[in-house]
Amino acid sequence: MSQLENLASPRADYAYAFLDPFAKRELRRRMLKAIAIPGYQVPYASRELPIARGWGTGGLQVTLSLVGPESIVKVIDQGADDSVNAANLRRFITRMSGASTTTDTLQATILQSRHRIPEEVMRDGQALVLQVPDPEPLRAVQSDSSKAHQMHADTDYSQMWLVLYEQLVRYKQYLQGASYPSLVNGRYLISPSPIPRWDTPKLHQAAHLTILSAGREKRMYAVPPYTDVYPLEFSDVPFQVEDQRGWIDTVTGALRGARGKFMDEIPQPDGTSRYGISDTGYLEKLIAQMRAASGADAAQNQVGATYYDDEGNFYKHGYLKPPVRPD
Amino acid sequence: MAISSPPFAPIDNPFDPPRLSDTTPLLRADGLVKRYGRIAAVDDVSLDVYAGEVVGIVGESGSGKSSVLRLLNLEELPNAGTYTLDLPDYTGVNLFALDRFARREVTARQIGIVYQNPHLGLRMRYTSSGNVAERLLVTGERAYATLRQAARESLSASEFPLNRMDDPPRVLSGGMQQRVQLAKAIALRPRILLLDEPTTGLDVSVQAAVLDTLKRLQRELRLAMVLVSHDLGVIRTLADRVLVMRGGRVIERGLTDQVLDDPQHAYTQQLVHAKL
Amino acid sequence: MTILLDVHGYTKHFTVHHLGRNIPTFSEVSFTLREGEFLLVRGQNGAGKSTLLRCLYRTYLPTSGAALYHSHLGSVDLARAADVDIALLRRHEIGFVTQFLRPRPRVSALEWVAEPLLTDGMAYNQAREFAEAMLSDFGIKRDLWGAYPSTFSGGEQQRVNVARALILPRRLLLLDEPTASLDASARAALTRRLTALKAQGVTLIGIFHYPDEIRSLVDSEIDLQSEALPDVAD
Repeated sequence: MSQLENLASPRADYAYAFLDPFAKRELRRRMLKAIAIPGYQVPYASRELPIARGWGTGGLQVTLSLVGPESIVKVIDQGADDSVNAANLRRFITRMSGASTTTDTLQATILQSRHRIPEEVMRDGQALVLQVPDPEPLRAVQSDSSKAHQMHADTDYSQMWLVLYEQLVRYKQYLQGASYPSLVNGRYLISPSPIPRWDTPKLHQAAHLTILSAGREKRMYAVPPYTDVYPLEFSDVPFQVEDQRGWIDTVTGALRGARGKFMDEIPQPDGTSRYGISDTGYLEKLIAQMRAASGADAAQNQVGATYYDDEGNFYKHGYLKPPVRPD
Repeated sequence: MAISSPPFAPIDNPFDPPRLSDTTPLLRADGLVKRYGRIAAVDDVSLDVYAGEVVGIVGESGSGKSSVLRLLNLEELPNAGTYTLDLPDYTGVNLFALDRFARREVTARQIGIVYQNPHLGLRMRYTSSGNVAERLLVTGERAYATLRQAARESLSASEFPLNRMDDPPRVLSGGMQQRVQLAKAIALRPRILLLDEPTTGLDVSVQAAVLDTLKRLQRELRLAMVLVSHDLGVIRTLADRVLVMRGGRVIERGLTDQVLDDPQHAYTQQLVHAKL
Repeated sequence: MTILLDVHGYTKHFTVHHLGRNIPTFSEVSFTLREGEFLLVRGQNGAGKSTLLRCLYRTYLPTSGAALYHSHLGSVDLARAADVDIALLRRHEIGFVTQFLRPRPRVSALEWVAEPLLTDGMAYNQAREFAEAMLSDFGIKRDLWGAYPSTFSGGEQQRVNVARALILPRRLLLLDEPTASLDASARAALTRRLTALKAQGVTLIGIFHYPDEIRSLVDSEIDLQSEALPDVAD
């Protein structure tokens, strides 16, 4: 070995977790700022990654800045650990960091997700990283981003309220299905990423930290633990989540814990539909429980408390109100 | 009072200060100046408006009358001048000196405006009721039923047919669009209404109807109105007092019937006698 | 009786700038009027009778002179008073009856007559009652009440005009040929009303083409001398 090799660190082809230290430092600083100003969109210099824009580079940069050798990482896409994109991201993260992986929500220290929040209640110390396509909730009402910026600065969201008003007039209901505009800490309006309405309440007063990051748009924002998050609603026409009463998961049937969870609808060739619990990690646990109950295998991972019980009641009482149909 | 001033210089006000009326004016603008480059669109304009009266501003295009209105609506800041309203919370305050939020509060709650071109004042593709409701939304109203009711009340006060309250302005006639603007302007029952050529371009019979609505509303809501028009008939119908503007300056002012029937200034005489 | 109006040296000429001319009308008119008195203004056509009345009402600006009016709120010189003071006096104390009706196009006769009451703050139903009474008084048929005055005959228009002008109580009334286009019965109705008003203490200044009808009401007269020019603005 030459003198130089004795003096320098061992040669590595990549920095730890792929991003160089400067990048990681900038991202961590931005995250701190995002946490200090809940809901505020913090711009950051989005780095090049071996994954194309629009495939989760924003979430990936946050995860890579947080991950350490002791981290346990879960990556899902529309609730599924085994989707191609989720698998791809997970493999990259663990390869670059040496962290371990899991499909169990309760075990993960970092949970990166595209468009879903898992069914089991996350706890203090866990970080949820959501992939965001468009961080700007006002995009539809104000395409000029400097004007939108001004609106955020002035807390002038009247145009968004006007859109909601128009929806009630024309369709008697709020139309936004996913990415439902929500007010964080009573101050900033965010798009909570394209999570279904079902998942939006999970952000409110959560024990865990949520970071939302858009790589292509180069902005991130955060919902710190125990922060108020309220979807926009008129005081006399409450926000409603998806009504999936009567939908039964095909595999687990009416098993305890299998009802009142967010389902995917799978149309069948004969025109009917089958339903499946979207959170595959949770579904796996239920199936394992089923098998253990029938004596086949020992149950491995504990099923945790869920945000919604089997009757569809949200765990924070009073947060969701009964529906009112506007005149 | 022999008048021999040169044609374009304003007439010095030969009148005494008010002695019988003990009220202070609701709106007072003093020494307004607004320049665009080297051109003074508004050149030392002052006006008072008392509660419940209509002050007209008449002039040809380029006279600066619309610029004055924009200043009164706090859409722009002047190069000089003060602007005060005799209202609780605002006595003695120069509105031009307020910050952006305070100015927005004033224009949202105390001042309504109707533009000549409805595209300026309305969102053409939203519902008419939504256009009215937006004023309440800006000031923080969050109950849907309240928004609907307020829209109904303001639209019917403006004599707009309620069965069309959810039509977008885009599909309405000119006169109806102006009524929506009016409803939007009075949605929060402001004290002051600014109108910029509200009936110009409308069919004559529609004009008459809209003017009538304005007169009735003005009386019922005790609005102080500043009405800009180049149409002397409109001024005569609605305004109690009138200012004649030319080249950014007020060259004559007085009671409407006096200025229109016995104009003193050469320009005013030209203006009045030019009417076909 | 207290003095209501003290006119001194009232003069009016019109300055027509594009002609570069001054057009004289009346000049150096002086008179004193007590409350409840009726002053008749006489003079040849073009002498400036209407002009004088309009100069008192401030529709025209007098060129020089003073007209001291003692209102309940204080004394002002009508020639120099602030616009808002004049507007106040016009709303509450000084009325003007002209021969020319200029109603707004889509306002019914009833609404037109009721309007001064509504502007004064009276409730709609009550104002309506008073307006109906006035219209009946002046012989306007009930089925015309909802019609637009611009469609009426000259005489009917004049009656609506007079009804509107007299509906609110005033201290001083200026009447510019109020009987023009009125038939005998309408003129009689007007005379009756003026008599009643005078008895209530209303002060009147009037130009009457046929002064004999109201001769008994007249307390004093003033005669305006005409200036030479034939094309006087009036």
